[in-house]
Amino acid sequence: MSAPRRWFVVAPLALAGCSAGVLDPQGPVARAEKQILFDSLGAMLLIVVPVMVATVAFAWWFRAGNRRARYRPDWDYSGKLELLIWSVPAMIVLFLGGTGWVGAHLLDPRRPIPAKVAPIEVQVVALDWKWLFLYPAQHVATVNRLVVPAGTPIHFRLTSATVMNSFFVPQLGSQIYAMAGMEAQLRLAADRPGRYPGIAAHYSGKGFSDMTFTVDALPAAQFTAWVAQARAAPPLDEARYRQLARRGTVAQPMVFGTAPSRLFDAVVAQRAPAAERPRDASNQGESDAEAGR
Amino acid sequence: MTLLGRLSWDSIPLHEPIVMVTAGVLFVVLLGTGATILFKGWLPYLWREWITSVDHKRIGVMYCLLALVMLIRGFADALMMRSHQAMAVGAGEGFLPPDHYDQIFSAHGTIMIFFVAMPFMIGLMNFAVPLQLGVRDVAFPTLNSVSFWLTATGVLLINTSLVVGEFARTGWLVYPPLSERAFSPGVGVDYYLWALQISGAGTLLGGINLVTTILKMRAPGMRYTRMPIFCWTALASNLLIVAAFPILTATLIMLTLDRYLGFHFFTNEAGGNQMLFVNLIWAWGHPEVYILVLPAFGIFSEIIATFSGKPLFGYRSMVLATLAICVLSFMVWLHHFFTMGAGADVNGVFGVMTMIIAVPTGVKVFNWLFTMYGGRLRFEVPMLWAVAFIPTFVVGGMTGVLLAVPPADFVLHNSVFLVAHFHNVIIGGVLFAAFAGYSYWFPKAFGFRLHDGWGKAAVVLWVSGFYLAFMPLYALGLMGMTRRLQHYDNPAWQPWLVAAWLGALLILGGIVSLAMQLYVSVRERRSLADGTGDPWDGRTLEWATRSPPPPWNFARLPQVEGRDALALMKRGEADETPEPLEPIEMPRNSAYGFVGAFFTYLTGFALVWHIWWLVVLGMLAGFATTLWIAWHQPGEQEIGVDELSALEPAA
Amino acid sequence: MSGEIADPRHEGDQGARSDPPGHGEGGPAPKQVTVAFGFWVFLLSDIIMFSGLFAAYAVLAPNTAGGPQGSELFELRLVFVETLCLLFSSFTCGVMSIMAVRQRAGATYLWGALTALLGLSFLAIELYELTHLVLEGAAPTRSAFLSALFTLVGAHGLHVAAGLVWLTVMMGQVATLGFTDAVERRLLCFGLYWHALDIIWVALFTVVYLYGVMG
Repeated sequence: MSAPRRWFVVAPLALAGCSAGVLDPQGPVARAEKQILFDSLGAMLLIVVPVMVATVAFAWWFRAGNRRARYRPDWDYSGKLELLIWSVPAMIVLFLGGTGWVGAHLLDPRRPIPAKVAPIEVQVVALDWKWLFLYPAQHVATVNRLVVPAGTPIHFRLTSATVMNSFFVPQLGSQIYAMAGMEAQLRLAADRPGRYPGIAAHYSGKGFSDMTFTVDALPAAQFTAWVAQARAAPPLDEARYRQLARRGTVAQPMVFGTAPSRLFDAVVAQRAPAAERPRDASNQGESDAEAGR
Repeated sequence: MTLLGRLSWDSIPLHEPIVMVTAGVLFVVLLGTGATILFKGWLPYLWREWITSVDHKRIGVMYCLLALVMLIRGFADALMMRSHQAMAVGAGEGFLPPDHYDQIFSAHGTIMIFFVAMPFMIGLMNFAVPLQLGVRDVAFPTLNSVSFWLTATGVLLINTSLVVGEFARTGWLVYPPLSERAFSPGVGVDYYLWALQISGAGTLLGGINLVTTILKMRAPGMRYTRMPIFCWTALASNLLIVAAFPILTATLIMLTLDRYLGFHFFTNEAGGNQMLFVNLIWAWGHPEVYILVLPAFGIFSEIIATFSGKPLFGYRSMVLATLAICVLSFMVWLHHFFTMGAGADVNGVFGVMTMIIAVPTGVKVFNWLFTMYGGRLRFEVPMLWAVAFIPTFVVGGMTGVLLAVPPADFVLHNSVFLVAHFHNVIIGGVLFAAFAGYSYWFPKAFGFRLHDGWGKAAVVLWVSGFYLAFMPLYALGLMGMTRRLQHYDNPAWQPWLVAAWLGALLILGGIVSLAMQLYVSVRERRSLADGTGDPWDGRTLEWATRSPPPPWNFARLPQVEGRDALALMKRGEADETPEPLEPIEMPRNSAYGFVGAFFTYLTGFALVWHIWWLVVLGMLAGFATTLWIAWHQPGEQEIGVDELSALEPAA
Repeated sequence: MSGEIADPRHEGDQGARSDPPGHGEGGPAPKQVTVAFGFWVFLLSDIIMFSGLFAAYAVLAPNTAGGPQGSELFELRLVFVETLCLLFSSFTCGVMSIMAVRQRAGATYLWGALTALLGLSFLAIELYELTHLVLEGAAPTRSAFLSALFTLVGAHGLHVAAGLVWLTVMMGQVATLGFTDAVERRLLCFGLYWHALDIIWVALFTVVYLYGVMG
């Protein structure tokens, strides 16, 4: 038993080099969250390690066969020890509670990230089973590929046109639920240019495993160039949206040159165009994989 | 075919080989068991001694048996998931299509919580609590039988879904709107709803029964401060059942109305609010965790004290901690969805409340350690489970507190880190306790001990298998792997998932060892027999009567003079002058639970398939049965002094 | 469930010391006590179930989805009559319980019948009201608010209906079995149940109707 336990303590450290995870943060939010994770873990190990050692030590020393161990069949109370065993966990929890309270406020998903540059807004719509990203200022839209300027805070507004979902880029930090009829907010930033995987972190049905996206953080100039290039793509019109809203996955990311400016608000208000009816009305969206390709 | 509602031949998944083979094997096993029972003429015995029994010990044993059988079903699901994920990388799609895989993880969670962990804990409480209290049965013996058979009905219904129709593909907590008719039009969610509603009613009635038993039915002299700690934790757990299960009932009613009558509680349309469901389900769901783990704490407390040869250290602290957990468990439900965006203040409060629960829990761990300190420890199988439990549970508690820190949860929520955490506490806490209690009280129930070697093999395999299966999931969670993935692209995850699969295989070995242990023990029951009634040098009253106990448990109710009543008696500190025997009244057997459950099953099945005439028929039949019982109350039978003194050894 | 064999009130004597049965020294409590206590616990759990429905109503009440609001729908005068019916039925039920304890069958039937009549009137008015709502286009499928309203009111109504069935059965039990211990216990539980429904209705009247009319 002791071997796997030791391995548990070591494993996160070994993992720190791995890419794509929570332990490889690429933005201020994720970095702070990793820090809190480690601080809390450290504080708890202060109590957890002695408990484990004591378990093994007591179990070994007080085994029935050990004649040197003193048997105290009536010892079942000690006021001093009682005080200790209530106060030690209480102290640790006091520290952790403070960390949690402060952290909950500093890393509130709505809280703006301090930066020299103005944030850009991206509106996120969860569909079955793809992510639609709308850029209100740039007027473009993408599916399953989120392109952002590195070093610039991003202000996400999120909703869902279908079931509950969770938007999550592990290397950038906090996830948040996207729910129909409601708008959530999230602020993240990428430190450096790079490509980071993004996932749907809440099970949403058959195509859930394929509801992934990539985040491309580009240098500011390249981002502007990308927007200009994207504008040449076909528009996201109503027919396209109705196709996208159908249950199914998409094989390749998509780009749209223009998007209706009030689409996101319409989705939140549940007045967006309805999904195109699948050809056969069988359940669970059997037929319509790869919609809108 | 409107006569059969939605049911037709297409409802049987003939195209799914895994399901059909499983169903075939199950069918053969059931048929074989049934035939054996019939041809060997065991049916009258079973009917008289078990099916219609209202004896809390028999009912407790049946609960545990039900849990063990369903453990196999739930574990088969787990093994399929682990095997599938170990190979479903990149272009490899594994062997389970999403439709099937999604049912499996939903069924696994539902079964393991509702039909393994719950009946196991309830069974052990049912068996041990009246014995520990020094009384003859629970407060309402017939109701106890009804509770059990309702739970069994839920089990039967959920297993019917394997062969007829499908199970939910929504996860074990059926979050809407995915579970609404618009997204899940099949019968899967309906099976879930009715199976849980029916077994939940049984659980609630059982909770009422045990609360009344513990508060109103104790041996003379058993004050609250003298109750064994397991009774205290059982009291807390059953109070939580009484307070939390009605919330589940209400929540499931709302979802049912949405699905059956087109209401709009949780739909996307017409003002429905999915967040309401999530809040309500966790207002039940978090206390549920403590419903399971509090009795587990009690079992370990009894075992550690017994095998250390000492009273429990810090009894008052332990009681206080139990009650604190009981109350606090209702104030933390929001930590299950910090990522819903409730805002920093709300998240902060619930995060801190959650961590506060760690204080009484930590106190318990220390109390167990100091119970061992100064003891004379005998490492029998129950004690091995307990010693394996402490460090395992501590790890689980630690990762739980990590998840209670809102910013940490923002990156770990819904990941396999979370999956690892709750398996860490539910396997390491609840299931280890169930096995510990099973091996601890088995000699009491049957008069012979369980085989030692196979028991130790089970401990080693379960513990090592658990670590190998779930430590990789912690790592994967930190690597950004979310739960319930049918396939994934990142090849770096695969080695970890293969390790987890190997862990699952070790656990399979553990389960085989448990089965072998039972088989070998029954075969060698003569050499394993325990004539004393007290094989472990116990400290509490269940060991004061013989094994297996007579139906009335105690011919004379014991006079309790202090805590650890039996330990005091053994020291001769208790008053030993036996009072003369008096006639005892014992409740008679009742078929009400079984017959009522049969009609409940018909009703439930008909509701799932919209066979309305059968719904009406089933309900009327159930009502008629109740009426019949109301007029033909079997009453009680008197056990005379002659019969008692013939059966009881001279005092 | 002992009934005729022995008077259960003497069961606790075996450990008779200073404490009453069921508390500390006294040993197990007699059936009369455990049944009443257990049924109390059940009623508590039922009230918690209702609190779940109340919570849902409180959350969903503003979600009318463009449909009618409470203030447009509720007819306070009718509800007031309903409330009176139920409150008076609690009184008649109380008298019935007293008559049952005194084992006066005729009076028990009379007050039981009055209770049933008042309960039926309550149900009839409620049914009329709900049907009226559906015909007005305020069906439970119209909006989340109406779903929650119908569920809350309907759950209470179903409890009243179940109570009426129970009451009828109990009258049959008194007629055929007489005032046995078991029948007395069941009548006691019925009384508790009926009063609990009253308490729930008072909460419902306040939260749904009064608050709704104030809008």
